[in-house]
Amino acid sequence: MIKNAPVLIIVVPLLASLINIILGLRWRALSFPLMLAALSVSAASSFIALNTVIDSGTIHYRLGGWAPPWGIEYVIDHLSGFVAVIVSFVSLVIAVYTRKSIEREFPGKTVYFHSIFLLLVTGLLGIVVTGDIFNIYVFLEITSLASYALVAIGPDKRAPLAAFNYVIMGTIGACFYLLGVGYLYIMTGTLNIADLSRLLPGLYHSPVIQVAFAFFMVGIALKIALFPLHRWLPDAYTLAPSAVSALVASTMTKVGAYLMIRIIFTVFQPFFSIEVLPVMNLVGWVAAAAVIFGSGYAIAQTELKRMLAYILIAEVGYIVLGVSFANRTGLTGSILHILNDSFMMACLFLAVGAIAYKTKNTNIASLSHIHKTMPITMAAFVVGGISVVGIPPTAGFFSKWYLVLGAIEAGKWVFAAVLLISSLMTAIVFFRIIERVYFTAADPGHGKSARAVMDEAPLGMLVPVLVMAVGVLILGLFSGRIITTVIQFAVPSVF
Amino acid sequence: MEFVIGKYNYWFYIFLMMIGLYAMIAKKNLIKKLVGMNIFQTAIILFFVSMGSKKGATIPIIQAGQAVDAAHYMNPLPHVLMLTAIVVMVSTFGVALALAILIYKRFKTLEEDEMQ
Repeated sequence: MIKNAPVLIIVVPLLASLINIILGLRWRALSFPLMLAALSVSAASSFIALNTVIDSGTIHYRLGGWAPPWGIEYVIDHLSGFVAVIVSFVSLVIAVYTRKSIEREFPGKTVYFHSIFLLLVTGLLGIVVTGDIFNIYVFLEITSLASYALVAIGPDKRAPLAAFNYVIMGTIGACFYLLGVGYLYIMTGTLNIADLSRLLPGLYHSPVIQVAFAFFMVGIALKIALFPLHRWLPDAYTLAPSAVSALVASTMTKVGAYLMIRIIFTVFQPFFSIEVLPVMNLVGWVAAAAVIFGSGYAIAQTELKRMLAYILIAEVGYIVLGVSFANRTGLTGSILHILNDSFMMACLFLAVGAIAYKTKNTNIASLSHIHKTMPITMAAFVVGGISVVGIPPTAGFFSKWYLVLGAIEAGKWVFAAVLLISSLMTAIVFFRIIERVYFTAADPGHGKSARAVMDEAPLGMLVPVLVMAVGVLILGLFSGRIITTVIQFAVPSVF
Repeated sequence: MEFVIGKYNYWFYIFLMMIGLYAMIAKKNLIKKLVGMNIFQTAIILFFVSMGSKKGATIPIIQAGQAVDAAHYMNPLPHVLMLTAIVVMVSTFGVALALAILIYKRFKTLEEDEMQ
């Protein structure tokens, strides 16, 4: 079990997704426990793998015993183990949540939903653990195909259209990534990441390699909706079912950011993007634009989920901004933000999903006094909100702190200012909602019925929301420990 | 001139890819967009396949007792990669067509600017 943990992370949910359809033909009730069991095994394997990495260093797992570069190897180091644990844990919690919300939205089709959900998680984890650059493409497309399907089943009439636009943009992104792989293969004759990282430095001045790098960056930027390539995201993530929005918002963009860090700092050595082809400044400006633009548009939204989608665009900007500083502090901030942001986004989207489940209305204007009927959900929402703003005891503060320190260390004062300004903008976004919910005077017409009864979402939805909210607080308290045990080894050693 | 003719396969793939990209971005009809997507993906397959081929080389099957000289064989790996990529692309196309059907059922049109 322990020796095979790296491969179990992926194989178990993949097989479960196939078995689920066959079993579901006859025993529909088994489908949900099967999904939970598979995701639990996957999460446990990721924990074991990360633990092994912390104790004894990087794991190389050869599939079928074939030595690389002929065979495909799975490589788990501190960074990929860390991201795998995040993805598998968050998706397990969201899987618990889907039971109630999906049963009501798609009665009778839950089996297929569970299968696609498992496929999506398989793809995400596959991107993280594989050590082969073409294998990443395949997993990237498994993830994307599953998410196209999940977005399209959203309750809104326009959901398939949003999914269609997502297909078009996602395919362009994946194809650019594939072209990048092809260009690297032409020059080096290998697809193994460790091999590439060894062979490439001698070729850094070849235009083919530089174009390949550009293809990778554009392809991944499309997949993670980095401004100005973000157009597909707000529609797709708003119109998807709430459980799906929570899953894709909290994991997909983070895995994309992981992939970006991998390409910039592992496949290519860090000095390529700093000295040979100095793009870090450009990346920084693009990310800064994403941060400002995302927060600014979030202020203008009147609907909760769409607002969160724009916040997510800003959060992607934060992670990429930290990468662009190309120093230890900035990158620590980025990697910590991958963790924090996936919890924050899951917390916020799940809370909004619970509100939508009860009130069927997520316009900010109609939220007045919802804390009387749904106190726990709203409390979780507030915790997630102040974490996005970056107020101390919550997790969001610590990653932003490192990002700002990284900006100052790199001497990029403008970006430090951008980070602080966007904190203010998100403060406006969330404090406006808090004011609307907690402090608006009751409507005069409802004077008599002001004593509302508590009417929370069912326990199966409430518990995941709470887990995420408590997680945001706990991660804040333990962020120092997380950095010293995992993240400081995940940052490339040249910094 | 050598730059153009000597590497004609790459020029051809770039040309096809641009046609596909144009159709995906500029066309209003969803099916035309999908056709563009298909051309775009096919261009990439062409790029990979042409990169593995070699003039005067044969298929990479080694016969017993024969000395192996890598220069005589084509590189099979890009072709194998494309088998995987084709599967991915076919499934993408299938999902996209299913979405187009769903959109048509709801909006009674496939023109982007006629949807309300």
